Parts: sequence; C-alpha cells; structure tokens
Amino acid sequence: MPDPSVNRLVAVIDERFDELLRSWTADQLATLRRGQIAENDLRAQCSELLQIIRRALVSGAPLDAEAQAWSGARDLLARISMSRAQQGFSPAETATFVLSLKRPLFGILRSASRDTDSLADDIWSATLLLDQLALHTTDVYLRARQELISRQQQDMLELSTPVVKLWEGVLALPMIGTLDSSRTQVVMESLLQRIVETGSDVAILDITGVPTVDTLTAQHLLKTVTAARLMGAECIISGIRPQIAQTIVHLGVDLGDVITKATLADAFKLALSRLGLGIMRQRHAPVAAHAAAPTAD
Amino acid sequence: MDRIPILRMGPVLLVSIQVDMHDELALTLQDDLTNAITTHGARGVLIDISAVSVVDSFMGRMLANIAGIARVLDATTVVVGMQPAVAITLVELGLSLEGVRTALNVEKGMAHLQAVVASAEVFSDSSDDADGAH
Repeated sequence: MPDPSVNRLVAVIDERFDELLRSWTADQLATLRRGQIAENDLRAQCSELLQIIRRALVSGAPLDAEAQAWSGARDLLARISMSRAQQGFSPAETATFVLSLKRPLFGILRSASRDTDSLADDIWSATLLLDQLALHTTDVYLRARQELISRQQQDMLELSTPVVKLWEGVLALPMIGTLDSSRTQVVMESLLQRIVETGSDVAILDITGVPTVDTLTAQHLLKTVTAARLMGAECIISGIRPQIAQTIVHLGVDLGDVITKATLADAFKLALSRLGLGIMRQRHAPVAAHAAAPTAD
Repeated sequence: MDRIPILRMGPVLLVSIQVDMHDELALTLQDDLTNAITTHGARGVLIDISAVSVVDSFMGRMLANIAGIARVLDATTVVVGMQPAVAITLVELGLSLEGVRTALNVEKGMAHLQAVVASAEVFSDSSDDADGAH
C-alpha cells in the first residue's frame, strides 16, 4: 500500500532536484567552517544521497531506515560519517549533513502543496525518514570514534611501557600516564620478563610521568616491587614529585621497605653503588678528547 | 616414593625443584631439608625453582616455612630463578615471602650465600681470637 505522501515526495525530488540540491549545499556551506570540506565533494555527496533516497522511495519501501531497501542510503551515510569522524567533524556537524535537508525540502513541499492536510502528511513522512537517517549517521560516527579511541589506547599502552637498560644490571622503567590495573599488568610483565632476559639486579621504576598517585596506584606499584623482589631483583621507585609525596603520606599508604628516591639520577646512583660501581670525574676529559683526535689522524 | 634430591656443597645445601610440586612432595622436602640442615650443620640453603611454572598458595607457604625453619636452625635460605608468571601469581595471592631471600639465578644466589657464610666465619674467627687473647 503506497503512501500518497511518498509519491508526492518522489515527485518533488524529481521535479526540483537541482533547486533542492543547490539550496541544501548552500545551507551546509554556510554553517560549516571554511575549508572543512570542498564544495564539489559536498555537492557530490548530497546529490548521491538524494538519488539513493529517491530510488528507495520509488521502490515503495516503508519509511523505516532499518529496512533492506534503505541499505544503500545507510552505507553511503556510514561512509560519509566515518570519513567525517576521522577528519575531526563534531557529531552535531555530521548529523547536520542529513538534517539540513529539512529546510529546503520543507520549503519546496510547501510551495508545491495546496492542501494543508497533505502538506502536514508530507512533512511528517520526510521528518520521519530524515530523523532516522540522521540518527544512523550519529551512530556510525560514534562507533568510528570509539574504534579510534580504543586503537589509540592500545597504541598508548604499547608505547608507554618501555623497559630501558641503563647499565649492565640496571633496568629503568619510565612510567607515563595514569596507572590502572590493565596497564600495571602489562608493565609488571614486561619488567619481569626483561629482568630475566638481562639478569639485572636493580630495576628503577620512574613515576615522574604519572600524574596522580592514589591508594590503588600505590598498591599496583607495591605489587610490581614485590614481584621483582621475589625474582631476586631490587626495585627503586624514583621521580616522586612533592605533591605526590604529600598525597602518599596523607593517604596513609605504607610503602614498606621500598626504596624511594626523588629523581632518577639519585636512583641510578644508588643502583650503581649496589653493584659496587661509581661515577667519577675525569681530569681534563674534554680537552684530552679534542687533542687526541688530530694526532690520531 | 618421589623425593627431591638435596645436594651438599660445603656449608650450603642445594635443592633444585625440577618437577611440579604436589603437597606430599613438598612436605617430604620440608622434612628432608630440616634433617639435612641439622645433620650437616649447613649455614645456607639454596632452592632453585627456575623449572617451576605453576605455583599455588601451598607451595608459596612451603617456601616461607622452609625459610623460617632454616632461620631457626641458623641457616640462610635463598630462593633463586623464580619465573615472572610465578612471581606475579604469588603477589596476587598475597604471598610476598617476607623474610625469604631471592636471587635471579643460581650463580648470584650462591655468591650471596658464600658472602653470608664467609661473614659468619669471620665473625666466629674473630670471636675465637678474642677468646684466645684473654
């Protein structure tokens, strides 16, 4: 049973396609920031969507964007939405792509219609359809964003847990970012693995890049230190900033007999002395290096 | 019945656990080790668990017990070669083995025990000298 308002919609799109397209594109270009999208691309996208909508309407599909007949429109919107999500459009700007069709479409419907009742029907049908398509756009947009975020999280997890070797037998783990359970697990595993591989006696956990320390973070740190001790390596925690030192004391966190140092340099010095090593100043070192170079040639 | 061999290297007893520990085996080891410490007058015990990949709370407690018993008998215990996964499991179980010395491998554990034994001998030598002086 074809809805008469659908037929009227198709007729309007057919007859005044160019006018509709021009007005729709102009509306969007007015709201978008300059240079966000090329006018030609936008017109091509608008024209493609209009044609797909027309085809679906002609096929007599129900005004339900979830239906099979609308899959073409859904796919196109998904593609546009994804690319906009990656280009940094806001969700509102992305949804506006579909919603901005309302003003020109309603205007044309009104000028084409003579009867108030049928006009109300037409507008209702168009609104129903466009709202659903706009919601779909937002859905896809959010999904694309979500994927982006989780991929970045994964990248960050891998990037932010390097275990570096400072000296034979001394490892350092510069931690950056908030320490939550899953990250601590990764940090702990990679540290312990590297301790086994390198046979290091001392590991320095540097928390200069950790923004805040709460009881949970402290507990995670203590677990890492204990696990390293169980394997026979000593842990030094360094890079404790003044505010964090205050927080630790105010929270009543018991760091037990864990060695803590204010800076990585202090921790490194201690680690070297544990290994029976030390750093000393060379006499005339820079001069000797420069003087030695020409004679060597 | 299975037994874990206890090897004697001078003042140090060497235990290498190469099989998965079940409870009975752990208890037997505890008995044997206690006897061996008293019989040989050992000053150090080195337990190598580098081949152990699975650990439970009983095993963790057993290690702590052995260390405690050895300490009462005036011997130092060093647990060496713990795998990362085992260490993480023990920490998650809340067993931090307080009072048990650890080392990365047998070499480092042995070096530590020898230092402990040597310092004990120096101490007893000096006390002998002091006695002799009087």
